[in-house]
Amino acid sequence: MRGRAWMIKNGMIHLFLLAASVTLLFPFVWMVSGGFKDSLEVVKMPPQLLPSHWNFDNFRQIEQFFPLYRFLLNSVGVAVATTVLQLLVCAMAAYVFAKIAFKGNQAVFMLFLTTMMIPAQVTMVPLFILFAQTNLIDTYAGLILPGIFSAYGIFLLRQNIMTIPNELLEAAFMDGASYYRVFGSVILPLIKPTLAALTIFAFMSSWNSFLWPLIVTNSKELMTLPLGLSKLQGKWSTEWNLLMAGNVISFLPIFGVYLFAQRYFIKGMTMTGIK
Amino acid sequence: MVGQRKWNRRIAAFVFLLPALIGLAAFQLLPMASSVIISFSDWDLLSKWTQIHFIGWDNYADVFKDDKSYTSIKNIFIFLIGYMPFITVLGTFFAVLLNRNIRGIKFYRAAVFVPVITSWVAVSIVWRWLLNGQSGLVNYLLSLVGIQGPIWLQDDFWAMVAIIAVTVWKDIGFVSIILLAGLQDISDDYYEAADLDGASAWRKLWQITIPLLSPTLFFVVTISLINSFQLFDQVLIMTNGGPAGATSTIVEQVYRNAFQFNKMGFAAAQSWVLFVIIFSVTMVMQWLQRRWVVYER
Repeated sequence: MRGRAWMIKNGMIHLFLLAASVTLLFPFVWMVSGGFKDSLEVVKMPPQLLPSHWNFDNFRQIEQFFPLYRFLLNSVGVAVATTVLQLLVCAMAAYVFAKIAFKGNQAVFMLFLTTMMIPAQVTMVPLFILFAQTNLIDTYAGLILPGIFSAYGIFLLRQNIMTIPNELLEAAFMDGASYYRVFGSVILPLIKPTLAALTIFAFMSSWNSFLWPLIVTNSKELMTLPLGLSKLQGKWSTEWNLLMAGNVISFLPIFGVYLFAQRYFIKGMTMTGIK
Repeated sequence: MVGQRKWNRRIAAFVFLLPALIGLAAFQLLPMASSVIISFSDWDLLSKWTQIHFIGWDNYADVFKDDKSYTSIKNIFIFLIGYMPFITVLGTFFAVLLNRNIRGIKFYRAAVFVPVITSWVAVSIVWRWLLNGQSGLVNYLLSLVGIQGPIWLQDDFWAMVAIIAVTVWKDIGFVSIILLAGLQDISDDYYEAADLDGASAWRKLWQITIPLLSPTLFFVVTISLINSFQLFDQVLIMTNGGPAGATSTIVEQVYRNAFQFNKMGFAAAQSWVLFVIIFSVTMVMQWLQRRWVVYER
Protein backbone atom coordinates (compact mmCIF):
# COMPACT_ATOMS: atom_id res chain seq x y z
CA MET A 1 0.00 0.00 0.00
CA ARG A 2 2.82 2.39 0.85
CA GLY A 3 4.37 2.63 -2.57
CA ARG A 4 7.35 4.45 -3.96
CA ALA A 5 5.46 7.71 -4.44
CA TRP A 6 4.47 7.72 -0.80
CA MET A 7 8.07 7.10 0.26
CA ILE A 8 9.33 10.01 -1.80
CA LYS A 9 6.62 12.35 -0.59
CA ASN A 10 7.14 11.38 3.03
CA GLY A 11 10.88 11.79 2.64
CA MET A 12 10.46 15.25 1.16
CA ILE A 13 8.26 16.36 4.05
CA HIS A 14 10.79 15.10 6.58
CA LEU A 15 13.62 16.74 4.69
CA PHE A 16 11.85 20.08 4.63
CA LEU A 17 10.76 20.00 8.27
CA LEU A 18 14.23 18.94 9.34
CA ALA A 19 15.81 21.82 7.40
CA ALA A 20 13.30 24.23 8.94
CA SER A 21 13.97 22.92 12.46
CA VAL A 22 17.73 23.24 12.01
CA THR A 23 17.37 26.83 10.74
CA LEU A 24 15.14 27.72 13.68
CA LEU A 25 17.11 25.90 16.39
CA PHE A 26 20.73 26.23 15.31
CA PRO A 27 21.17 29.87 16.42
CA PHE A 28 20.36 28.69 19.96
CA VAL A 29 22.93 25.89 19.79
CA TRP A 30 25.44 28.45 18.54
CA MET A 31 24.46 30.84 21.33
CA VAL A 32 24.94 28.24 24.10
CA SER A 33 28.23 27.05 22.60
CA GLY A 34 29.45 30.65 22.24
CA GLY A 35 28.60 31.38 25.86
CA PHE A 36 31.15 28.80 27.00
CA LYS A 37 33.98 29.62 24.58
CA ASP A 38 36.89 31.86 25.49
CA SER A 39 37.45 35.21 23.83
CA LEU A 40 39.82 33.82 21.18
CA GLU A 41 37.92 30.71 20.26
CA VAL A 42 34.67 32.62 19.85
CA VAL A 43 35.99 34.56 16.85
CA LYS A 44 38.14 31.76 15.45
CA MET A 45 37.82 31.09 11.71
CA PRO A 46 36.91 28.52 10.57
CA PRO A 47 34.43 28.36 13.45
CA GLN A 48 34.21 25.39 15.75
CA LEU A 49 30.80 24.00 16.66
CA LEU A 50 31.48 23.24 20.32
CA PRO A 51 33.96 24.85 22.72
CA SER A 52 37.17 22.80 23.11
CA HIS A 53 36.91 23.50 26.83
CA TRP A 54 33.61 24.43 28.50
CA ASN A 55 34.57 27.34 30.71
CA PHE A 56 32.39 29.30 33.10
CA ASP A 57 34.72 32.33 33.28
CA ASN A 58 32.41 34.34 31.05
CA PHE A 59 29.71 34.34 33.71
CA ARG A 60 32.18 35.43 36.39
CA GLN A 61 33.52 38.18 34.17
CA ILE A 62 30.03 39.58 33.55
CA GLU A 63 29.32 39.43 37.27
CA GLN A 64 32.17 41.88 37.91
CA PHE A 65 30.35 44.63 36.05
CA PHE A 66 26.72 43.57 35.98
CA PRO A 67 24.65 41.87 38.68
CA LEU A 68 23.52 39.20 36.22
CA TYR A 69 21.83 37.02 38.84
CA ARG A 70 20.10 40.08 40.24
CA PHE A 71 18.68 40.68 36.74
CA LEU A 72 17.50 37.07 36.73
CA LEU A 73 15.87 37.44 40.13
CA ASN A 74 14.26 40.73 39.09
CA SER A 75 12.86 39.12 35.96
CA VAL A 76 11.42 36.19 37.90
CA GLY A 77 9.94 38.45 40.57
CA VAL A 78 8.44 40.97 38.17
CA ALA A 79 7.04 38.26 35.89
CA VAL A 80 5.50 36.26 38.75
CA ALA A 81 3.98 39.34 40.41
CA THR A 82 2.64 40.67 37.10
CA THR A 83 1.11 37.31 36.21
CA VAL A 84 -0.55 36.64 39.57
CA LEU A 85 -1.97 40.15 39.88
CA GLN A 86 -3.09 40.26 36.25
CA LEU A 87 -4.95 36.96 36.56
CA LEU A 88 -6.67 38.06 39.77
CA VAL A 89 -7.69 41.51 38.51
CA CYS A 90 -8.89 40.12 35.16
CA ALA A 91 -10.81 37.21 36.66
CA MET A 92 -12.57 39.51 39.15
CA ALA A 93 -13.64 41.94 36.45
CA ALA A 94 -14.59 39.12 34.08
CA TYR A 95 -16.88 37.64 36.74
CA VAL A 96 -18.80 40.92 36.98
CA PHE A 97 -19.11 41.34 33.21
CA ALA A 98 -20.26 37.73 32.76
CA LYS A 99 -22.52 37.09 35.73
CA ILE A 100 -23.33 40.11 37.94
CA ALA A 101 -25.96 42.30 36.32
CA PHE A 102 -26.03 46.03 37.01
CA LYS A 103 -27.05 49.06 35.04
CA GLY A 104 -24.34 50.01 32.56
CA ASN A 105 -22.56 46.64 32.74
CA GLN A 106 -22.38 46.37 28.94
CA ALA A 107 -21.25 49.97 28.51
CA VAL A 108 -18.36 49.58 30.95
CA PHE A 109 -17.36 46.33 29.23
CA MET A 110 -17.33 48.08 25.84
CA LEU A 111 -15.11 50.78 27.32
CA PHE A 112 -12.61 48.10 28.32
CA LEU A 113 -12.79 46.48 24.89
CA THR A 114 -12.09 49.70 23.03
CA THR A 115 -8.94 50.33 25.08
CA MET A 116 -7.66 47.03 23.68
CA MET A 117 -7.25 48.81 20.36
CA ILE A 118 -4.85 51.38 21.77
CA PRO A 119 -1.24 50.19 21.46
CA ALA A 120 0.90 50.58 24.57
CA GLN A 121 3.19 52.98 22.70
CA VAL A 122 0.43 55.61 22.62
CA THR A 123 0.16 55.76 26.39
CA MET A 124 3.83 55.19 27.10
CA VAL A 125 4.93 58.84 26.99
CA PRO A 126 2.23 60.23 29.33
CA LEU A 127 2.45 57.15 31.55
CA PHE A 128 6.15 57.85 32.04
CA ILE A 129 5.31 61.45 32.99
CA LEU A 130 2.62 60.26 35.40
CA PHE A 131 5.07 57.84 37.01
CA ALA A 132 7.69 60.57 37.25
CA GLN A 133 5.20 62.78 39.09
CA THR A 134 4.27 60.01 41.53
CA ASN A 135 7.86 58.83 42.15
CA LEU A 136 7.27 55.43 40.57
CA ILE A 137 10.24 55.68 38.23
CA ASP A 138 12.96 53.19 39.13
CA THR A 139 10.77 51.15 41.47
CA TYR A 140 9.43 47.60 41.28
CA ALA A 141 5.88 48.99 41.42
CA GLY A 142 6.68 51.05 38.33
CA LEU A 143 7.84 47.93 36.53
CA ILE A 144 4.87 45.79 37.55
CA LEU A 145 1.79 48.05 37.67
CA PRO A 146 1.17 48.79 33.97
CA GLY A 147 1.41 45.07 33.17
CA ILE A 148 -1.41 43.90 35.42
CA PHE A 149 -4.33 45.45 33.55
CA SER A 150 -5.13 43.49 30.45
CA ALA A 151 -8.38 44.14 28.61
CA TYR A 152 -7.61 41.05 26.58
CA GLY A 153 -7.43 38.91 29.70
CA ILE A 154 -10.76 40.27 30.90
CA PHE A 155 -12.32 39.52 27.52
CA LEU A 156 -11.03 35.93 27.35
CA LEU A 157 -12.06 35.08 30.91
CA ARG A 158 -15.48 36.69 30.48
CA GLN A 159 -16.16 34.52 27.43
CA ASN A 160 -15.20 31.51 29.51
CA ILE A 161 -17.23 32.44 32.61
CA MET A 162 -20.31 33.04 30.44
CA THR A 163 -20.35 29.34 29.58
CA ILE A 164 -20.85 28.41 33.24
CA PRO A 165 -24.57 27.58 33.75
CA ASN A 166 -26.47 30.06 35.95
CA GLU A 167 -28.18 27.17 37.78
CA LEU A 168 -24.83 26.20 39.22
CA LEU A 169 -24.34 29.66 40.71
CA GLU A 170 -27.96 29.84 41.90
CA ALA A 171 -27.52 26.53 43.72
CA ALA A 172 -24.47 27.93 45.50
CA PHE A 173 -26.38 31.07 46.51
CA MET A 174 -29.24 28.88 47.83
CA ASP A 175 -26.71 27.16 50.06
CA GLY A 176 -25.94 30.58 51.50
CA ALA A 177 -22.70 31.28 49.61
CA SER A 178 -21.75 34.92 49.11
CA TYR A 179 -20.57 36.43 45.81
CA TYR A 180 -17.00 36.23 47.11
CA ARG A 181 -17.38 32.57 48.03
CA VAL A 182 -18.91 31.76 44.63
CA PHE A 183 -16.00 33.47 42.91
CA GLY A 184 -13.42 31.56 44.91
CA SER A 185 -14.96 28.10 45.01
CA VAL A 186 -17.15 27.88 41.90
CA ILE A 187 -15.91 30.29 39.22
CA LEU A 188 -12.14 30.01 39.61
CA PRO A 189 -11.94 26.19 39.64
CA LEU A 190 -14.13 26.02 36.53
CA ILE A 191 -12.01 28.39 34.44
CA LYS A 192 -8.66 26.78 35.26
CA PRO A 193 -7.73 25.86 31.66
CA THR A 194 -8.21 29.44 30.47
CA LEU A 195 -6.31 30.72 33.50
CA ALA A 196 -3.45 28.35 32.65
CA ALA A 197 -3.30 29.63 29.08
CA LEU A 198 -3.39 33.22 30.30
CA THR A 199 -0.68 32.49 32.87
CA ILE A 200 1.74 31.40 30.17
CA PHE A 201 0.96 34.39 28.02
CA ALA A 202 1.22 36.91 30.86
CA PHE A 203 4.43 35.39 32.18
CA MET A 204 6.09 35.27 28.80
CA SER A 205 5.20 38.80 27.78
CA SER A 206 6.46 40.12 31.09
CA TRP A 207 9.64 38.02 30.92
CA ASN A 208 10.45 39.25 27.41
CA SER A 209 9.25 42.83 27.82
CA PHE A 210 11.88 45.41 26.90
CA LEU A 211 10.48 48.83 26.01
CA TRP A 212 8.72 49.66 29.29
CA PRO A 213 11.56 48.48 31.59
CA LEU A 214 13.92 50.47 29.37
CA ILE A 215 11.91 53.61 30.05
CA VAL A 216 11.03 53.13 33.69
CA THR A 217 14.31 51.93 35.26
CA ASN A 218 17.63 53.71 35.69
CA SER A 219 19.60 51.77 38.26
CA LYS A 220 21.26 48.43 37.66
CA GLU A 221 19.65 46.95 40.76
CA LEU A 222 16.20 47.11 39.18
CA MET A 223 16.92 45.92 35.69
CA THR A 224 15.23 42.85 34.26
CA LEU A 225 17.12 40.44 31.98
CA PRO A 226 16.27 41.86 28.53
CA LEU A 227 17.27 45.33 29.70
CA GLY A 228 20.39 43.98 31.40
CA LEU A 229 21.38 42.18 28.20
CA SER A 230 21.03 45.38 26.21
CA LYS A 231 23.34 47.08 28.74
CA LEU A 232 25.83 44.23 28.33
CA GLN A 233 25.80 44.95 24.63
CA GLY A 234 26.38 48.63 25.38
CA LYS A 235 29.56 47.77 27.29
CA TRP A 236 30.89 44.90 25.18
CA SER A 237 29.59 45.40 21.70
CA THR A 238 31.59 42.54 20.11
CA GLU A 239 32.72 40.38 23.04
CA TRP A 240 30.49 37.62 21.75
CA ASN A 241 31.39 35.06 24.40
CA LEU A 242 30.25 37.41 27.18
CA LEU A 243 27.11 38.47 25.32
CA MET A 244 26.17 34.85 24.61
CA ALA A 245 26.78 33.90 28.25
CA GLY A 246 24.29 36.61 29.22
CA ASN A 247 21.83 35.32 26.64
CA VAL A 248 22.14 31.80 28.02
CA ILE A 249 21.06 33.05 31.46
CA SER A 250 17.98 34.68 29.96
CA PHE A 251 17.13 31.83 27.59
CA LEU A 252 17.41 28.75 29.82
CA PRO A 253 14.62 29.56 32.34
CA ILE A 254 11.94 30.29 29.75
CA PHE A 255 13.13 27.35 27.64
CA GLY A 256 12.89 25.08 30.68
CA VAL A 257 9.35 26.24 31.40
CA TYR A 258 8.53 25.70 27.73
CA LEU A 259 9.82 22.11 27.75
CA PHE A 260 7.59 21.23 30.67
CA ALA A 261 4.49 23.20 29.74
CA GLN A 262 4.71 23.07 25.96
CA ARG A 263 1.07 22.36 25.26
CA TYR A 264 -0.03 25.30 27.43
CA PHE A 265 2.23 27.62 25.47
CA ILE A 266 0.69 26.53 22.20
CA LYS A 267 -2.83 26.55 23.60
CA GLY A 268 -2.29 29.96 25.17
CA MET A 269 -1.16 31.44 21.91
CA THR A 270 -3.77 29.91 19.66
CA MET A 271 -6.37 31.05 22.16
CA THR A 272 -5.18 34.60 22.66
CA GLY A 273 -3.51 35.22 19.33
CA ILE A 274 -0.80 37.06 21.22
CA LYS A 275 2.83 36.22 21.50
CA MET B 1 -34.84 41.09 52.04
CA VAL B 2 -35.06 41.57 48.27
CA GLY B 3 -33.67 45.08 48.57
CA GLN B 4 -30.83 43.80 50.66
CA ARG B 5 -29.90 41.23 47.99
CA LYS B 6 -29.91 43.90 45.33
CA TRP B 7 -27.51 45.96 47.41
CA ASN B 8 -25.30 42.98 48.03
CA ARG B 9 -25.13 42.47 44.31
CA ARG B 10 -24.23 46.09 43.62
CA ILE B 11 -21.55 46.10 46.29
CA ALA B 12 -20.10 42.84 44.96
CA ALA B 13 -20.04 44.20 41.41
CA PHE B 14 -18.28 47.32 42.63
CA VAL B 15 -15.71 45.45 44.72
CA PHE B 16 -14.85 42.98 41.95
CA LEU B 17 -14.62 45.67 39.32
CA LEU B 18 -12.69 48.22 41.38
CA PRO B 19 -9.10 47.13 40.65
CA ALA B 20 -9.74 46.91 36.91
CA LEU B 21 -11.48 50.30 36.93
CA ILE B 22 -8.60 51.94 38.76
CA GLY B 23 -6.23 50.41 36.21
CA LEU B 24 -8.35 51.60 33.32
CA ALA B 25 -8.50 55.13 34.66
CA ALA B 26 -4.88 55.43 35.78
CA PHE B 27 -3.08 53.52 33.04
CA GLN B 28 -5.33 54.04 30.02
CA LEU B 29 -7.81 56.91 30.17
CA LEU B 30 -5.71 59.46 32.04
CA PRO B 31 -2.56 58.87 29.94
CA MET B 32 -4.62 58.94 26.74
CA ALA B 33 -6.22 62.24 27.65
CA SER B 34 -2.90 63.79 28.63
CA SER B 35 -1.28 62.37 25.52
CA VAL B 36 -3.82 64.26 23.39
CA ILE B 37 -3.13 67.48 25.28
CA ILE B 38 0.66 67.09 25.16
CA SER B 39 0.57 66.34 21.43
CA PHE B 40 -0.64 69.90 20.79
CA SER B 41 2.18 71.45 22.83
CA ASP B 42 5.95 71.82 22.66
CA TRP B 43 6.40 70.54 26.20
CA ASP B 44 9.90 69.26 26.97
CA LEU B 45 9.41 67.45 30.31
CA LEU B 46 11.75 69.91 32.05
CA SER B 47 9.45 72.92 32.23
CA LYS B 48 6.50 72.99 34.59
CA TRP B 49 3.05 71.65 33.73
CA THR B 50 1.53 75.08 34.29
CA GLN B 51 3.79 76.66 31.67
CA ILE B 52 2.64 74.32 28.92
CA HIS B 53 2.62 76.12 25.58
CA PHE B 54 0.25 75.06 22.84
CA ILE B 55 1.29 75.10 19.19
CA GLY B 56 -1.81 73.76 17.44
CA TRP B 57 -1.38 71.05 14.82
CA ASP B 58 2.36 71.75 14.23
CA ASN B 59 3.51 68.45 15.78
CA TYR B 60 1.15 66.49 13.59
CA ALA B 61 2.33 68.31 10.46
CA ASP B 62 5.92 67.58 11.49
CA VAL B 63 5.21 63.85 11.73
CA PHE B 64 5.11 63.86 7.92
CA LYS B 65 7.42 66.84 7.24
CA ASP B 66 10.28 65.90 9.57
CA ASP B 67 12.74 63.77 7.58
CA LYS B 68 13.48 61.22 10.28
CA SER B 69 9.84 60.81 11.19
CA TYR B 70 8.73 60.46 7.57
CA THR B 71 11.51 57.93 6.89
CA SER B 72 10.46 55.86 9.89
CA ILE B 73 6.90 55.57 8.53
CA LYS B 74 8.19 54.78 5.04
CA ASN B 75 10.51 52.10 6.47
CA ILE B 76 7.57 50.24 8.01
CA PHE B 77 5.94 49.98 4.59
CA ILE B 78 9.21 48.73 3.07
CA PHE B 79 9.38 46.21 5.90
CA LEU B 80 5.81 45.05 5.18
CA ILE B 81 6.56 44.47 1.49
CA GLY B 82 9.30 42.02 2.46
CA TYR B 83 7.75 40.56 5.59
CA MET B 84 4.07 39.92 4.81
CA PRO B 85 4.43 37.65 1.74
CA PHE B 86 7.02 35.50 3.50
CA ILE B 87 5.18 35.18 6.77
CA THR B 88 1.82 34.28 5.14
CA VAL B 89 3.01 31.96 2.36
CA LEU B 90 5.76 30.28 4.34
CA GLY B 91 3.51 30.13 7.42
CA THR B 92 0.73 28.39 5.48
CA PHE B 93 3.25 25.99 3.95
CA PHE B 94 4.71 25.17 7.39
CA ALA B 95 1.23 24.71 8.84
CA VAL B 96 0.20 22.30 6.07
CA LEU B 97 3.32 20.20 6.66
CA LEU B 98 2.98 20.34 10.44
CA ASN B 99 -0.62 19.12 10.07
CA ARG B 100 0.58 15.72 8.75
CA ASN B 101 0.56 12.72 10.99
CA ILE B 102 4.14 11.65 10.41
CA ARG B 103 6.75 10.31 12.76
CA GLY B 104 8.48 13.00 14.80
CA ILE B 105 5.77 15.57 14.17
CA LYS B 106 5.71 16.49 17.89
CA PHE B 107 9.38 17.38 17.72
CA TYR B 108 8.91 19.53 14.63
CA ARG B 109 5.94 21.36 16.17
CA ALA B 110 7.94 22.01 19.32
CA ALA B 111 11.02 23.14 17.38
CA VAL B 112 9.36 25.85 15.27
CA PHE B 113 8.13 27.45 18.45
CA VAL B 114 11.44 27.97 20.25
CA PRO B 115 12.27 31.34 18.62
CA VAL B 116 8.77 32.56 19.54
CA ILE B 117 9.23 32.09 23.28
CA THR B 118 12.65 33.76 23.39
CA SER B 119 13.03 37.46 24.10
CA TRP B 120 13.69 39.76 21.16
CA VAL B 121 16.69 41.20 22.95
CA ALA B 122 18.48 37.84 23.28
CA VAL B 123 17.57 36.81 19.74
CA SER B 124 18.74 40.14 18.30
CA ILE B 125 22.11 39.89 20.01
CA VAL B 126 22.59 36.35 18.67
CA TRP B 127 21.74 37.51 15.15
CA ARG B 128 24.05 40.51 15.45
CA TRP B 129 26.82 37.98 15.94
CA LEU B 130 25.63 35.59 13.21
CA LEU B 131 25.46 38.50 10.75
CA ASN B 132 28.73 40.10 11.84
CA GLY B 133 31.10 40.89 8.97
CA GLN B 134 34.23 39.31 10.49
CA SER B 135 33.20 36.61 12.94
CA GLY B 136 29.66 35.93 11.74
CA LEU B 137 28.59 32.44 10.83
CA VAL B 138 26.31 33.54 7.98
CA ASN B 139 29.09 35.08 5.92
CA TYR B 140 31.35 32.13 6.74
CA LEU B 141 28.74 29.73 5.35
CA LEU B 142 28.30 31.94 2.29
CA SER B 143 32.06 31.95 1.74
CA LEU B 144 32.01 28.13 1.64
CA VAL B 145 29.89 28.33 -1.51
CA GLY B 146 31.99 31.14 -2.92
CA ILE B 147 29.80 34.11 -2.04
CA GLN B 148 31.28 37.20 -0.42
CA GLY B 149 28.55 38.27 2.02
CA PRO B 150 27.74 41.92 2.69
CA ILE B 151 28.40 43.66 6.00
CA TRP B 152 24.74 43.10 6.75
CA LEU B 153 23.89 45.52 9.52
CA GLN B 154 26.06 48.39 8.29
CA ASP B 155 24.69 48.43 4.77
CA ASP B 156 21.56 50.48 4.23
CA PHE B 157 19.97 47.93 1.90
CA TRP B 158 21.07 44.70 3.61
CA ALA B 159 20.29 46.00 7.10
CA MET B 160 16.58 46.13 6.24
CA VAL B 161 16.80 42.72 4.55
CA ALA B 162 18.37 41.37 7.73
CA ILE B 163 15.67 42.90 9.97
CA ILE B 164 12.96 41.39 7.74
CA ALA B 165 14.64 37.97 7.59
CA VAL B 166 15.25 37.76 11.34
CA THR B 167 11.67 38.87 12.09
CA VAL B 168 10.33 36.19 9.74
CA TRP B 169 12.63 33.69 11.45
CA LYS B 170 11.27 34.62 14.89
CA ASP B 171 7.58 34.93 13.97
CA ILE B 172 7.17 31.99 11.59
CA GLY B 173 6.52 29.53 14.42
CA PHE B 174 3.80 31.74 15.88
CA VAL B 175 2.05 32.19 12.54
CA SER B 176 2.24 28.53 11.58
CA ILE B 177 0.96 27.30 14.95
CA ILE B 178 -2.08 29.62 14.67
CA LEU B 179 -2.66 28.46 11.09
CA LEU B 180 -2.19 24.85 12.18
CA ALA B 181 -5.01 25.30 14.70
CA GLY B 182 -7.13 26.64 11.83
CA LEU B 183 -6.27 23.64 9.65
CA GLN B 184 -7.19 21.21 12.40
CA ASP B 185 -10.67 22.73 12.51
CA ILE B 186 -11.33 21.76 8.89
CA SER B 187 -13.38 18.57 8.83
CA ASP B 188 -11.89 15.52 7.06
CA ASP B 189 -15.24 15.00 5.31
CA TYR B 190 -14.37 17.65 2.72
CA TYR B 191 -11.16 15.92 1.77
CA GLU B 192 -12.80 12.50 1.69
CA ALA B 193 -15.52 13.81 -0.62
CA ALA B 194 -12.87 15.42 -2.84
CA ASP B 195 -10.93 12.13 -2.95
CA LEU B 196 -14.06 10.32 -4.13
CA ASP B 197 -14.29 12.85 -6.96
CA GLY B 198 -10.64 12.22 -7.75
CA ALA B 199 -9.49 15.79 -7.05
CA SER B 200 -5.75 16.49 -7.23
CA ALA B 201 -3.76 17.68 -4.21
CA TRP B 202 -3.33 21.09 -5.83
CA ARG B 203 -7.06 21.42 -6.39
CA LYS B 204 -7.81 20.38 -2.80
CA LEU B 205 -5.42 23.06 -1.56
CA TRP B 206 -7.14 25.83 -3.51
CA GLN B 207 -10.74 24.62 -3.32
CA ILE B 208 -10.88 23.37 0.25
CA THR B 209 -7.87 24.29 2.40
CA ILE B 210 -7.37 27.94 1.46
CA PRO B 211 -11.07 28.96 1.52
CA LEU B 212 -11.77 27.23 4.82
CA LEU B 213 -8.54 28.55 6.30
CA SER B 214 -9.28 32.10 5.19
CA PRO B 215 -10.73 33.32 8.54
CA THR B 216 -7.53 32.21 10.29
CA LEU B 217 -5.39 33.68 7.50
CA PHE B 218 -7.14 37.01 7.90
CA PHE B 219 -6.61 36.91 11.62
CA VAL B 220 -2.91 36.16 11.16
CA VAL B 221 -2.48 38.91 8.56
CA THR B 222 -4.22 41.47 10.77
CA ILE B 223 -2.13 40.57 13.83
CA SER B 224 1.08 40.59 11.78
CA LEU B 225 0.28 44.00 10.33
CA ILE B 226 -0.44 45.46 13.77
CA ASN B 227 2.76 43.99 15.20
CA SER B 228 4.81 45.28 12.26
CA PHE B 229 3.77 48.86 12.92
CA GLN B 230 5.05 48.45 16.47
CA LEU B 231 8.51 47.23 15.41
CA PHE B 232 11.06 48.25 18.03
CA ASP B 233 13.16 45.74 20.05
CA GLN B 234 15.03 44.07 17.18
CA VAL B 235 15.74 47.39 15.49
CA LEU B 236 17.10 49.05 18.62
CA ILE B 237 19.39 46.09 19.41
CA MET B 238 20.49 45.04 15.92
CA THR B 239 20.95 48.33 14.07
CA ASN B 240 19.94 51.10 16.48
CA GLY B 241 17.79 52.39 13.59
CA GLY B 242 20.80 52.77 11.33
CA PRO B 243 22.73 52.94 9.16
CA ALA B 244 21.64 56.56 8.62
CA GLY B 245 18.02 55.84 9.51
CA ALA B 246 17.68 52.96 7.02
CA THR B 247 15.95 50.78 9.63
CA SER B 248 14.43 53.40 11.91
CA THR B 249 10.80 52.73 12.87
CA ILE B 250 7.90 54.75 14.24
CA VAL B 251 8.17 53.42 17.79
CA GLU B 252 11.95 53.84 17.73
CA GLN B 253 11.40 57.51 16.78
CA VAL B 254 8.77 57.95 19.52
CA TYR B 255 11.26 56.50 22.01
CA ARG B 256 14.11 58.75 20.86
CA ASN B 257 12.06 61.93 20.68
CA ALA B 258 10.49 61.38 24.08
CA PHE B 259 13.31 59.94 26.12
CA GLN B 260 16.50 61.15 24.43
CA PHE B 261 15.50 64.53 22.99
CA ASN B 262 12.74 65.38 25.49
CA LYS B 263 10.41 66.32 22.65
CA MET B 264 7.34 65.03 24.48
CA GLY B 265 4.79 66.85 22.32
CA PHE B 266 6.23 65.58 19.06
CA ALA B 267 6.55 62.03 20.42
CA ALA B 268 2.92 62.10 21.57
CA ALA B 269 1.77 63.29 18.13
CA GLN B 270 3.82 60.52 16.47
CA SER B 271 2.25 57.91 18.71
CA TRP B 272 -1.26 59.13 17.81
CA VAL B 273 -0.41 58.91 14.11
CA LEU B 274 0.76 55.36 14.84
CA PHE B 275 -2.60 54.67 16.47
CA VAL B 276 -4.53 56.09 13.51
CA ILE B 277 -2.50 53.92 11.11
CA ILE B 278 -3.10 50.77 13.17
CA PHE B 279 -6.78 51.62 13.59
CA SER B 280 -7.24 52.21 9.84
CA VAL B 281 -5.44 48.99 8.95
CA THR B 282 -7.67 47.05 11.35
CA MET B 283 -10.81 48.64 9.89
CA VAL B 284 -9.73 47.94 6.30
CA MET B 285 -8.98 44.32 7.23
CA GLN B 286 -12.43 44.00 8.81
CA TRP B 287 -14.02 45.34 5.65
CA LEU B 288 -12.01 43.03 3.41
CA GLN B 289 -12.84 40.11 5.65
CA ARG B 290 -16.56 40.65 5.14
CA ARG B 291 -16.04 40.57 1.38
CA TRP B 292 -13.56 37.74 0.98
CA VAL B 293 -13.57 35.37 3.84
CA VAL B 294 -15.56 32.17 3.54
CA TYR B 295 -17.29 31.10 6.71
CA GLU B 296 -18.44 27.55 7.08
CA ARG B 297 -22.22 27.31 7.35
